[in-house]
This record gives sequence, structure tokens and C-alpha cells, in this order.
Amino acid sequence: MRLLKINNTVNFMRLRIPALVISTLLIVGSLVSLAVNQLNWGLDFTGGTLIEVGYPNTANLDEIRRELDAASFGDAIVQNFGSSQDVLIRLAPREGVKSAEVGDQVMLALRATGKDVDMRRIEFVGPNVGEELTEQGGLAMLTALICILIYVAMRFEWRFALGSVSALAHDVIITLGLFSVLQLEFDLTILAAVLAVIGYSLNDTIVVSDRIRENFRKIRKAESEEIINISLTQTLNRTIITSVTTILVLLVLFFVGGALIHGFSTALLFGVVIGTYSSIYISSSVALLLGISKEDLIPEVIEKEGEDLDPMI
Amino acid sequence: MLNQTPIWKYFLVLLVIGASALYALPNIYGEDHAIQISAGRNAQVTENMIPSIQSLLTSNEIETKRIEFTDDKILVRVNNSDTQLVAREVLEKRLGDDYFVAMNLAPDTPQWLASLGGSPMKLGLDLRGGVHFLMEVDMNSAISKATEDMVGDFRTALRQENIRYRSVKQVGDAVNIQFREQDTLDSARFFLRNRNPDLVFTERDGLIIRATFSENRLVQIRDYAVKQNITIIRNRVNQLGVAEPLVQKQGAERIVVQLPGIQDTAKAKEILNATATLEFRMVDQDNDVRDAVNGRIPPSSILVEDRSGVPQLLKKRVMLTGNHIIDANSGVDEYGIPQVNISLDSKGGTKMSQGTKDNIGNPMATVFIEYKATGERDSNDKLIFEKKEEVISIATIQARLGSNFRITGLDSPKEARDLALLLRAGALIAPITIVEERTVGPSLGAENIELGMKAIQGGLLLVLVFMLFYYKAFGIVANIALVANLVMIVGVMSMIPGATLTLPGMAGIVLTVGMAVDANVLIFERIREELRDGRSPQQAIHHGYDSAFSTILDANITTFIAGLILFAVGTGPIKGFSITLMIGIATSMFTAIILTRVLVNLIWGGRRLESLSI
Repeated sequence: MRLLKINNTVNFMRLRIPALVISTLLIVGSLVSLAVNQLNWGLDFTGGTLIEVGYPNTANLDEIRRELDAASFGDAIVQNFGSSQDVLIRLAPREGVKSAEVGDQVMLALRATGKDVDMRRIEFVGPNVGEELTEQGGLAMLTALICILIYVAMRFEWRFALGSVSALAHDVIITLGLFSVLQLEFDLTILAAVLAVIGYSLNDTIVVSDRIRENFRKIRKAESEEIINISLTQTLNRTIITSVTTILVLLVLFFVGGALIHGFSTALLFGVVIGTYSSIYISSSVALLLGISKEDLIPEVIEKEGEDLDPMI
Repeated sequence: MLNQTPIWKYFLVLLVIGASALYALPNIYGEDHAIQISAGRNAQVTENMIPSIQSLLTSNEIETKRIEFTDDKILVRVNNSDTQLVAREVLEKRLGDDYFVAMNLAPDTPQWLASLGGSPMKLGLDLRGGVHFLMEVDMNSAISKATEDMVGDFRTALRQENIRYRSVKQVGDAVNIQFREQDTLDSARFFLRNRNPDLVFTERDGLIIRATFSENRLVQIRDYAVKQNITIIRNRVNQLGVAEPLVQKQGAERIVVQLPGIQDTAKAKEILNATATLEFRMVDQDNDVRDAVNGRIPPSSILVEDRSGVPQLLKKRVMLTGNHIIDANSGVDEYGIPQVNISLDSKGGTKMSQGTKDNIGNPMATVFIEYKATGERDSNDKLIFEKKEEVISIATIQARLGSNFRITGLDSPKEARDLALLLRAGALIAPITIVEERTVGPSLGAENIELGMKAIQGGLLLVLVFMLFYYKAFGIVANIALVANLVMIVGVMSMIPGATLTLPGMAGIVLTVGMAVDANVLIFERIREELRDGRSPQQAIHHGYDSAFSTILDANITTFIAGLILFAVGTGPIKGFSITLMIGIATSMFTAIILTRVLVNLIWGGRRLESLSI
């Protein structure tokens, strides 16, 4: 069975101008939202205390708020988490009180009336640690992009390298934009997901670029645009199938994996869709815009990659 | 003939998959709830204790699975966590302070597997439950204290050298020494520079020399402050009854403490923050110890037991307290006899010198004072701590002592090490604060494992069905590779000692399941293309694998780079995720390229084929 029976080359590049316009709009929109709404930074980055508790029956949020208010935790944000029995309590970092003890004090306050409250997790992050994590996260993202840029430039050609890195930046910015627009909480796990999106999108882009390079060498008489179209058509089935299997497991993760992993799977689901689109439209359009041509890819000595190595397969 | 596999490749594949499966096997056996008994300072755990422990537990109606003795420790395996809690309480009450009774999860790996080095994956705190603390040492106060010492030190040194100064003052993290004349300043600078190579001296307006710590000395001070805190925390963690605690330096001034299985964080924090201190007192030789033991303690003396329980009569007056100790190290003297070297700050040096002046030839005792949690709580729900005093050393004063002195005549290097450790523990330490805490309750931990497993199973099932449906016979091959890939990830994770499985790590495995088939999709799509171009099935297989190879390699290497950077820069959840991602990439390359090729060759290779089921 075949997903798509395509016998003629699809003229993907015909749509590259509208695609670039849409992508630019999405990026600008994301940047504006990031500047105006910012991200809904999670505890890891802002610092503060988070307590998740479990009740044997449906939790009465108002009563919990009253109990906390009585214990002078009136500023606490109380909400359900995952199910009606589980409650998440957030507290901003506070001056004066030994902040590391806030979690224990809250547990005492909730148990004061003798209720059976299950402590599920307490997280406390000091404000300085939060700042450092933000810095580290940004640094991780930048280092990853630069290292990938260097590797792809060495392995392919600088136009492809710029093409794939702009596709990655595109994916990252729009995924962050989504989190900003929907005001979903952005914590360390989401950061890991965004970095995994980079990995995924890159995987896709490399496969396409590899085929474009191969076709530039194989097909002698064709325009660059046509060769890109041919390559995209040839890899289309693979692109879709891999996206489908990945999206399948991510859907499972989203619905089965529990509340803690929700944000993670949301970021990945969205990122995989954007990444698939960008590997078709962004990386090759950028390479085309930069004027990629046959001469850039015909190596001086025509030698197949890995020919000098012992065959592994 | 195309598509034949050499025999050695079958062996290679069988070997790799077999070894991974073998090391993945312990995960099936799981872990037992257990109680671990190890010896404290004054005791020893022997195999002979097993029968009495067994009968103690039986008389309390606690069912045990097995009791083992290995590595000077006794391991009591029980059936569930409730029994574990009860058994720990019973054992702790009976064995007392001399033994550490800790709750543990002991792998239930069969003997033959364990002897091959097999053990299950280590679970992170988010799956196992427990506490993670990140503590920061207050370096400002450590440096400020060192600067304070510098002031006293300069005063004494200059006075001894007969160099007249106007004032010595602490200014922030520096010390200003003011003189009346340029000449004295010059000679003082010459003298101080030679005396303190680890300080930086600069001249200021108004006949002032400013002394600051050199970069090296600052690093030393910071290092010492962190190390000392680590030593003390390790000591106290033992009281908490945690079997596999982790106390580790992180960065320049932080300490990570991980306590798996601990649920009462409040108790953990109080115990970690408990203080210990030291006192030097003269031994009371004018009165008889026996009288004192019988209740006639002279008003100017106190009775303190030493480590073997022998009472000692000491003077009430404290000569010096531990917060004047800067450092204590064990070593050997010129004759190879173990000794402990102690450094005091300048105030301490002066006090010591005055206190020992008239006591040469008399014995001096060192008393270690510790506050141990009794396990009971007061009306405010705070733990009640019990003061425990113990004489850890009695030494005869040989000469008038100053800022640096040593205790000799110790029996063994171990005794010297223990004494130095206790001295350091009782010394003044730079205060620490908790800057990050992550506690996961046991119920959430168990739930996370369950959800993670469900997600992995569900994701795997969907992908298996999809591949079978889409690629038919070749789909079966890809599916075998996918399952082998999962087994290999688990096997490799169990083999690497530092690898820990976390919830994001499980998400990483799920993602790998989705992405691992990519290599096979690439190969199979290539084979289909080649078939459409009119090649024979055998040639299509051959060219399909060949031309997909470099693409797969490139794609995987770049993703691997991303994983590597995540691992290097990231912390906590990011690290856990990147480990499984990287392992998954490596194993999926093996299964998707080599394993499937061997299978494809085995099924279709070397025969005349009309068509392929792809």
C-alpha cells in the first residue's frame, strides 16, 4: 500500500512565496506575542513554591483557599491538576520567611484539620536558581543551533546550513509563540521538548537536503527549482509516514502520559507539525533564495559518501 | 549473489542483542522493599546477628522474604512498603544509635544474573519518590570570617615583629593597615609580603597598606567551605536512614543532596541543619572520677563519657570552643605515627596560648557535642533534639600551644582520620541555605512509572500496527527491529552506572519509538522507488539500503549533536531526557540498519524473487 500515489513531480516551490509570507507573518506574530505577553514562565524559571496534594475524594478548592488564607498564605494560587482529587498550589517567592520551609508549612496548614492529605510533590526554586536556569536554557538552545550550523556546513554546503538553521529557528520561534499566545506554562520539561523539536525538524531537513544534493549530482539537465521539487516529491511519502508515526506516539503520550507530561507532548506535537512543514518549505526555499546551484554541490572528486569505509550493511 | 550476510554478522547481531537482553533482564525481576543495617562508629555488623534479627521480627509478626549478609551490611527483604516502615521502626528501636537502619529498594536480581553484573535501571527521584535539595554555601560569610581572622593575625604578627602600626581595620573583604611613617610602612610591607604569599598587598593614600586575598586563596576558602559542609551533611544523612544518599558538589558553591525514599522533608531539613560543636576542657585531676560517678560531682567539674563509655571528669570551664577551628587534618609525624593537625583562628590561638600556658604536662580533653533528633515532637510540631556529649580525645599538653598545634599518640591512621573528621564537623562552618527543593511523594512516583509504561506500550503498539499495515512483510522486519531497539535501550540504560531513568527520560523513549522507524521508512521507501524504476527485487533491496545509509547517518548524527548539547548544558529533567534520546539514536541505528538487513537477507536474500511484499 502507498500513502500517496504521485507520478508527476509536485511543484512545491510554486507556493514558496506564499509560504514564506505566511511563515514571516507567523514569526512576526510570535515575536510580538513574546514581547507583549511574554512566556508564562514556570516555577523553574521564576522561583517560588509549588505543592501538589492529593485528596481521597473530590477536593474542595474554596475550603483549601480558606485554610491557606488562615495560615497567611492568602496569595496562593489553588487549582485542580489532572483530576478533581489532585490540587496544585503555587506560591510566589517571598521575602522574610525561610522560603525552603514554605512547602512544609503549607502541608501542616492543610493537615491541621486532621484531613487525610497526600503529599504528592513539593518543588521549591530559589529566585537566583531560576535566573540561572533561564540563562542556561537559552545558552543550550544557542549552542545547539551553532553546532548544528557548523556540522551541516561541513557536511553539505553553507547555503544548506543556513537553510536548515533558519528552518530550526523558525520552528523554535513559532513553538515558543504558541506557548506565549496560549499562555501555557513554560518549564524545564518544555524546554527539553523544544530542543527535541530542533532534533526532529533537523532530521527531516537533512533527509530532504540529502536528496536535493543527490539529485543535483544525478540529474544533469534541470533548473535548481525543478530539482528541489523532484527531491521533495520523492521524499514526501517518507516525510509523511515518519510524521504520522511520531504524531501517533505523541498523541498516546498526550492522552495517557498524565498531567505532568502534558506540556511536553503539546510542545512536541505542535513542533513536529511545524517541523515537517518547515523542512519542505523553509529550508529549501532559503537555500534557493541564497542561490544554490549545481556547481556548489558537485564535489571536485566524485566520490560517494562513505565509499572508503567498509560497508556496514 | 546479492544480499547474502556473512556468518560473522549473524554472530555479531546475536551477540549484541543477546547481551542487551541479558542486561535488560534484571528489570523484569524488579526490586524488593528492604531494610539495610550498617554499622555506626562503635559497632560492627556480623553474620551472627541474623538469627536474633529474624526472631525479633517474627515476634513482632513481621514477615520477611529473606535476610542477607553482604559487604558488612545486613539486608532484610520484606514484602511491601507498609511492612518495611514497621520493620524499620522495630529494628531501629532495638539496635539503637550504634547502627544505621535505612530503608532501601534492593534489586531482586537472581544470583547468576547479579554475578554477571546485571542490575535494574536506576530510577530517578520523580519515579521513586524522594527529596532533592540544592544547597548554597554562604561564601560571603566564609570570606568575611577569613578577613576577620586576618585582622587579628596582622596585629599579633606586627606586634611580635615590633613594627608599630596605627590601626588595622576590616573594610569589606579587605584589611587596611595604617602606619605613622613611610619607613615603617615599607618594612611592614616587606615583612607581610614574605610572610603571606597568598595575600595581595597594595599601597593606598594616607600611609595605608591594603591586604586582599589572592584569587588562589579565595578559591581555597570557597573550596574548603563547600568540602566541610559536604563532610558534615554526609555524616548527618546517615541519621536519616537513607540507603543510597547522594551528596555532591555542584559548581563552585553548591551542594546537591538527593535522598531517595525520604518523605518527611521537614525532618530531613531539621536534621541536616542540626549543629555540632566542640569544646576543649582540662581534665579534672584533683578529684576522683569514682566519687563523681557515685554522685559526688564537684561543682567546678562535669562528667562526660568517652567513646567506649568510660566516664571522664572534666573542668567546667571551657578553654576554647570549636568555632575557632579553621582546619583539622589527619597525617603522620616524622616517625610515621598518626597525628591530627589543627589550625585555629587568631582569637582562638590567643585563647589557647593563654589557657595552656600554666597547664603544660596536664591532660586536655576534646568534647564533641552533637544534637540528635529523638524522633519526638514538641507542641509546635518541631523535632526535639537531644544534646549528646562525648569525649573524643584526651591528650597531654607538651608545650604552650598557639594557632597551630597537633594531637599525637593516636593508635591508627583510621583513628586519626575519624578524629580529624569530628574536629572539622564541630568547627565553625559557612552557613548554607536551601535554594532548590524537589520532593516527590511515593504515590506520585508510582503513578509516574505506571503512566510512563502505559505511554510506551501504547505508542509501541500503534507504531507496530501501522508498520505492519503499511509495509506488510517488511513491516514485520521493522517491528522486530523496533522491539529489539527497546530491549537494547533498557539494556544499555541498565549497564551504564550513571544513567538514571526519569519521567522525561520515559518520554524520550516514547519519542524514540516514534522516530526509530524513520530509518526503516527511509530504506523501505528507497526500495519501493528502486522497484518502480524497474530494478529486480534483489537489486532494489541492495540499492535501497545502500543509498539510504548516508542519509540516515547524517540525520542521526545531527540529532545526536543536539542530544549531546542538551546533556552537557542541561540539568535535571533535560539531562534525563537527553540520555535516553542519545542511547535511543545509537541503538536505533544498529537495529534499523544492521539488524533489519540481516533479517531481510535471511528471508529474501540469495533467491530468485518475482516480487517483494513491501
